[in-house]
Amino acid sequence: MSSPSPAPSTSGAPVVALDRVGKTFANGVVALDRLSLDVRLGELVSLLGPSGCGKSTALRIIAGLSEPTSGRVEWRETESADDAANPRRIGFVFQEPTLMPWATVAANVRLPLKLKGLDADAPARVTAALERVGLAGFAASYPRELSGGMKMRTSIARALVTEPRVLLMDEPFAALDEITRFRLNDDLLALWQSLRKTVVFVTHSVFESVYLSQRIVVMTPRPGRVFSELVIDAPHPRDQRFRTSAEYAGYCRLVSEALAEASAAGEQP
Amino acid sequence: MTDPRPKNEAPARLDRALRLLLPIAVLALVIVVWEVVVRAGNIPPYVLPSPQLIFSTLVADWAMLSAALLVTLATTLEGFLLAAVGGVALAVLFNQSRVIEYSLYPYAVILQVTPIVAIAPLLLVYLPQPAAVLVCAWIVAFFPVLANTTLGLRSVDRNLADLFRLYGATRWQVLRELKLPAALPYILGGLKIAGGLSLIGAVVAEIAAGSAGAGSGLAFVIVEAGYRLNIPRMFAALLLLSLTGIVIFFALSLVSHLLLRRWHESAIVQEV
Repeated sequence: MSSPSPAPSTSGAPVVALDRVGKTFANGVVALDRLSLDVRLGELVSLLGPSGCGKSTALRIIAGLSEPTSGRVEWRETESADDAANPRRIGFVFQEPTLMPWATVAANVRLPLKLKGLDADAPARVTAALERVGLAGFAASYPRELSGGMKMRTSIARALVTEPRVLLMDEPFAALDEITRFRLNDDLLALWQSLRKTVVFVTHSVFESVYLSQRIVVMTPRPGRVFSELVIDAPHPRDQRFRTSAEYAGYCRLVSEALAEASAAGEQP
Repeated sequence: MTDPRPKNEAPARLDRALRLLLPIAVLALVIVVWEVVVRAGNIPPYVLPSPQLIFSTLVADWAMLSAALLVTLATTLEGFLLAAVGGVALAVLFNQSRVIEYSLYPYAVILQVTPIVAIAPLLLVYLPQPAAVLVCAWIVAFFPVLANTTLGLRSVDRNLADLFRLYGATRWQVLRELKLPAALPYILGGLKIAGGLSLIGAVVAEIAAGSAGAGSGLAFVIVEAGYRLNIPRMFAALLLLSLTGIVIFFALSLVSHLLLRRWHESAIVQEV
């Protein structure tokens, strides 16, 4: 727990950039309007906004699950040859655990490898991914035998098993109770510190975003746009002491105010 | 998480025993009352045979009855298997191609809503009797499989479908790894209905065919015994048909339970 904190968020090279991305749904709802956003290598950035602000849509567009109606999504290549071949190496964690109920935990985590035809060292990689999220003993369990927090851990292990460059998380802990959410917040931070993945975290919780992020992008609702960006310049690792510190409270007030202003701005025509 | 077994096993075992014993007790009671009523009232066997007479008829006519049972059983199983394979295959085909679904689905419905009793005589005109009987069993049984499988293939979790898309799954992978497993509980539900219906289809067709001979099944035994006022034999054949239906139902329930017990809500015993 005493590893040095990662470099400040401003220094990373961009991994993916959204350039004036717009999304209008078939029913005429404008979800996103000229959203521009850089995600930098190795950072943990949160998209924060009230529900309906298009933050999940933005995440789906980054993942390639949804096509923007205007603007561009640009993936930047890095030095690694592996990344250059497939710059869009992502892991996605949904709001629900989204596990196959008919498959064991191990089979669920193995799914991405199976679909990509990466069978060579699959069992070892699955075991490693399960160990990383603290589910080593549950490989043979079925999802229904697990608690909500454990299901979400399985989902995170599945997202990590392909060694993605970018981890996209869509309000992953919103449906969990507070105790479990705090634990998973800590575990996510520990994972992020040890794996140095780029993480884009969508949330509507001010407290969660301040606790986790290096940078928070506050969005306006209807249409979704970037309202402001805040750097949370507190060192990692963060723990319970940070959660109860005056510094944390100060950041929370700052972010809450930004969110309130963003919500008000979005409601004007 | 440590001990999945129920803590108090005694009440659970009692419950299971009651579920088995109570229907048997009811059956025994009905048989006894039936026997007593027939004997006390001196009811002639051509009006209502006693259980004891039905049983002795079953033993006496066993050679003929068992041959007929085998014929009906074979038709039912063949019709069921064709319905299972055909229903699932057609549903998968519909799921893969909208053009095929739109073109053929209405006819599947028409085949289903037209009463089989009305179709059977026509089939007998064009097909040899064993084939006609089989087609009848198939027509009746395949629709629930088709309808349930179609519903199941569409009931895939959207996020899971997105996940498959994210990892570049092929059509075949989506079908095999996602859609079919997700549809399995629905398919098994369809098969459970189809099992009973294929027996009904076989019986209806046999009755419509109404011809004697080596290839005639239990339904024809009932019709023929009816003409001869051999009521005990009617009951004996009916008993065998009923037992066949029960065996089919329990066999399919067992298969369903074994396939779903680890993961599907329907197969999980809730602890209270």
